[in-house]
Amino acid sequence: MTTRLTEIWVGIFIAAGLAALFVLAMKVSNLSTYNRDGGYEVTARFEDISGLKVRSPVTMAGVRIGRVTNIGFDKNTFEAVVTMRVEARYNTLPKDSSASIYTAGLLGEKYVSLAPGGDEQSLHQGDRIKLTQDSMVLEKLIGQFVSRFMNSSSEKSSSK
Amino acid sequence: MKSVLDHLQSLGQKGTGVFERLGRANILFARILAGVPGLFLRPNLVIQQVYSVGVLSLLIILVSGLFVGMVLGLQGYNTLVDFGAEESLGVVVALSLVRELGPVVTALLFAGRAGSALTAEIGLMKATEQLSAMEMMAIDPIRRVLTPRFLAGFISMPLLAAIFSAVGIMGGYFVGVGLLGVDDGAYWSQMQDKVDLYDDIYNGVIKSIVFGIIVTWIAVFEGYDATPTSEGVSRATTRTVVHSSLAVLAMDFILTALMFGGG
Repeated sequence: MTTRLTEIWVGIFIAAGLAALFVLAMKVSNLSTYNRDGGYEVTARFEDISGLKVRSPVTMAGVRIGRVTNIGFDKNTFEAVVTMRVEARYNTLPKDSSASIYTAGLLGEKYVSLAPGGDEQSLHQGDRIKLTQDSMVLEKLIGQFVSRFMNSSSEKSSSK
Repeated sequence: MKSVLDHLQSLGQKGTGVFERLGRANILFARILAGVPGLFLRPNLVIQQVYSVGVLSLLIILVSGLFVGMVLGLQGYNTLVDFGAEESLGVVVALSLVRELGPVVTALLFAGRAGSALTAEIGLMKATEQLSAMEMMAIDPIRRVLTPRFLAGFISMPLLAAIFSAVGIMGGYFVGVGLLGVDDGAYWSQMQDKVDLYDDIYNGVIKSIVFGIIVTWIAVFEGYDATPTSEGVSRATTRTVVHSSLAVLAMDFILTALMFGGG
């Protein structure tokens, strides 16, 4: 009888451990929201993607419709080639959609935002998104702002 | 002149002693592994040990997991709320538990709770000449006594670490969502967004498996290698806890550097 009790307890223990692993996999990680195979891949070229990473979200109208799967560099045109996988159910995106890199919040993560175009045809596996807008780099913006400010103040002082 | 040589000799003796122990530990490890296939014929031996090593450690793991998660929830909230980022509490709690605290704290508790018991048990078996008696009956004590215990630790550790992490995340949930008013949906959705199955959870499981092997290996070796006196057993038990805790922490650094360091 004691063996039976031991075995029952061990059974409970192993079941609890596996259940905990299962909970971690399903509830905590992104397994439930992420599938590797489905969907189709499109590419886009950017001059500056600073901060975009593999697995960053791809959104349209703020809804996540895919993820960045690969980031490459074209050594001839010096552009970044971003490959993204869009889920299969969103297969009606117009062919002339445009891609921009935005920041979530002021200092948050970078993500790719797609804006729909008006084309009748839709994007397919291997297509390239031609209209792109680069990521905004905060340092550049501040630099522009500072230089403009400096110019205007120097103009003022010279006019006096 | 002679005293300098004496000192040198004692230093050399200690040095070779360390390597001798390491060598013995490795030979024992190989012999333990060699006994694993035979256990498929007698799974009951392992089940007995999983009970005493794993099931009996459940209580301490559950309680400490819950409290570690709750403390993480409180501390994380206090820091995050300054940045208006308290919605990320789930990510903070889950990542720190799954990647680090789950495997490491479980391994430390496991060394204290189960490792010391293993060493004391095996050491006493040796001191009371039960192991020699087995050899007299042509039963290999390594296969009969050590391998089932080692295998039980190997099985139990990842399960205990997973339970620890899961309970800790629930603890963080109780404190964060229940007490401090973090949004329920944000807690889980941010967590699911940032925690990766392969990068974070699999690596955590690999860590806990490695720690399980280290802790039970040290425990079993110290017991088997103990001086067969009451003092020797007590020393071996202390050494098990100290050495396996140090080994776990050092190994954790190496594994973390390998898994998360390279980016």
